[in-house]
Amino acid sequence: MDIAINTGNSRYQVDKNGYYGRFGGAYIPEMLYPNVEELQSQYLGILSDPSFQQDFEALLRDYVGRPSPLYFAKRLSEKYKAKIYLKREDLNHTGAHKVNNTIGQILLAQRLGKRRIIAETGAGQHGVATATVCALMGMECVVYMGSIDIERQAPNVARMKMLGATVVPATSGSKTLKDATNEAIRDWINNPVDTHYILGTAAGPHPYPDMVARFQSVISEEIKKQLLEKTGSEDPDYVVACIGGGSNAAGAYFHYLDREAVKLVAVEAGGKGVHSGFSAATTQLGTIGIIHASKTLLMQTGDGQIVEPHSISAGLDYPGIGPMHAHLYESGRAQFLSATDEEALAAAYELSLLEGIIPAMESAHALAKLKDLPLNTDDVVVVCLSGRGDKDLDTYIRHMNK
Amino acid sequence: MQNRIDQLFAKKQHGVLNIYCTAGFPQLNDTLPVMTALQQHGADLIELGMPFSDPLADGPVIQDSSTKALQNGMSLQKLFEQLAGFRSSIRVPVILMGYFNPVLTYGVEAFCAKCAEVGVDGIIVPDLPMAEYENEYRPVFEKYNLHLIFLVTPETSEARIRKIDSLSKGFIYAVSSSSTTGKDKDMKDQQAYFERLKQLQLKNPVLIGFGIKDKATFEAASAHANGAIIGTAFIKAIEHSTNIDETVKTFISGIIQ
Repeated sequence: MDIAINTGNSRYQVDKNGYYGRFGGAYIPEMLYPNVEELQSQYLGILSDPSFQQDFEALLRDYVGRPSPLYFAKRLSEKYKAKIYLKREDLNHTGAHKVNNTIGQILLAQRLGKRRIIAETGAGQHGVATATVCALMGMECVVYMGSIDIERQAPNVARMKMLGATVVPATSGSKTLKDATNEAIRDWINNPVDTHYILGTAAGPHPYPDMVARFQSVISEEIKKQLLEKTGSEDPDYVVACIGGGSNAAGAYFHYLDREAVKLVAVEAGGKGVHSGFSAATTQLGTIGIIHASKTLLMQTGDGQIVEPHSISAGLDYPGIGPMHAHLYESGRAQFLSATDEEALAAAYELSLLEGIIPAMESAHALAKLKDLPLNTDDVVVVCLSGRGDKDLDTYIRHMNK
Repeated sequence: MQNRIDQLFAKKQHGVLNIYCTAGFPQLNDTLPVMTALQQHGADLIELGMPFSDPLADGPVIQDSSTKALQNGMSLQKLFEQLAGFRSSIRVPVILMGYFNPVLTYGVEAFCAKCAEVGVDGIIVPDLPMAEYENEYRPVFEKYNLHLIFLVTPETSEARIRKIDSLSKGFIYAVSSSSTTGKDKDMKDQQAYFERLKQLQLKNPVLIGFGIKDKATFEAASAHANGAIIGTAFIKAIEHSTNIDETVKTFISGIIQ
């Protein structure tokens, strides 16, 4: 298992200035420059060091439980008349793909000599994955979480605390994920020397989008090997993933970016409908701007104020997307669709009943678009099942009783 | 015409007082009354905050003022409406401080043109990094004779400070500690850093900001630089003011008397 190192020839990978096409960069205040510059100048060296790769590989295997299975979903395939495989990131330790990144970043933080870890979280999945690796390594952990999300996601707050993390409510602005991210960045400004910021998605200033994508690229690396075994070809016809900031999609697409015969499908959260005023479909509703120090597509007012999105899924409830995905959208390399709250709920119930798998609300968005793809019976479709649905039971139960 | 910031530093090199206030705060139409009072009672420079939903480099006090101003209905367009004609009464240099996203959305050139039209002299955009400015935006700012003012911190290397000095116009904004606005840090810890800046003999004047809140901190900062910037303490002072002029008078007299 190797962490992908860019060969330098890709149209879709980050360039030497930290951009994907016209998106990306590091729009950081000077106070963050030393922190970000340290990462920019060191991350590739650390990631390509054989001892780092050995440690990363060993933890992913023995602690996370990788490789995660690539499961042929027979009854789902019969329903949609195609060969549908699920990449089972839901079976990872902590229940989602998020841990691939936190394992990578905690090892990086150790090599940078950091003693304290901070993170932001929305639904709490990344917060739990960060608190987990901090407990594993015996490092101090502070997680910023919007005060509204703390109320909505009590079980994950309890998990983080049990794992020894301090959960700090973000009470500014709209009191959700974007504000938690602001607070984490502020903490980093005030603690420039001993602290590493484990950002949870493929967004933020360069090198985070690239670094997170590389740690998550283990997903598509495994898909290639597993598909070769099962079908005789590394390449599926479609790779389908949900997108909030875009880390599971970045990992699922990574090794297919330059294999243009593989169709990449990104599913955003349509909320109550793309034009309902309650949506998180960034490519449909967004324009170019700066969010969390990255030039990308984001949802904003005509005055350039960032707006609060809506999705039933806290993990997709983000007003921007990572710069790689903005570039995949603009270049046409990936097809962007959106699934409404209702479509995602229906897909979650369908997978539960057809395959005995309760998916995370986020992953259900990806499943929800199987019905809209022009599939042929021979098409091989890989859906990234980014997480399990335990955390969403309250939402599912509420819907069940309707 | 020579930029007003340059005119100011040509005649005053010591104890320059720059006060920050968020535009549209505490009430939407307080922008001009606050500016008028600041000039009247002795501020040398006025820094007006353009409110933003996600002000990363600011602490809670300034962020809350920004949120309040947005709730009041402040926007860039509204700000330029308020500033139309302000040069008939206000002579001191005026700087707009804000984040890059609203400027980008307004259009960088349209923004610069509007600043020049109403009589703004300089801009502080903390999240517009030097490299991006140099590669893409510098000609536009220079075309409209707008000074872009960069920040330096105690962690900024000498080579980078020199580079910032070569790109900066007007003055350099020395952040007095690696912190968001409104944090208390012991001034003494910062003195070695201020001394180091002084020794570099930069071409631009230096104003010290962040953590300046009263006469003592203002004088300590002024001893090592050309002056200082007060933001958070001023926002706290006018937050609940019922008489802007009186509040500003009392605040400034507590600093420079």
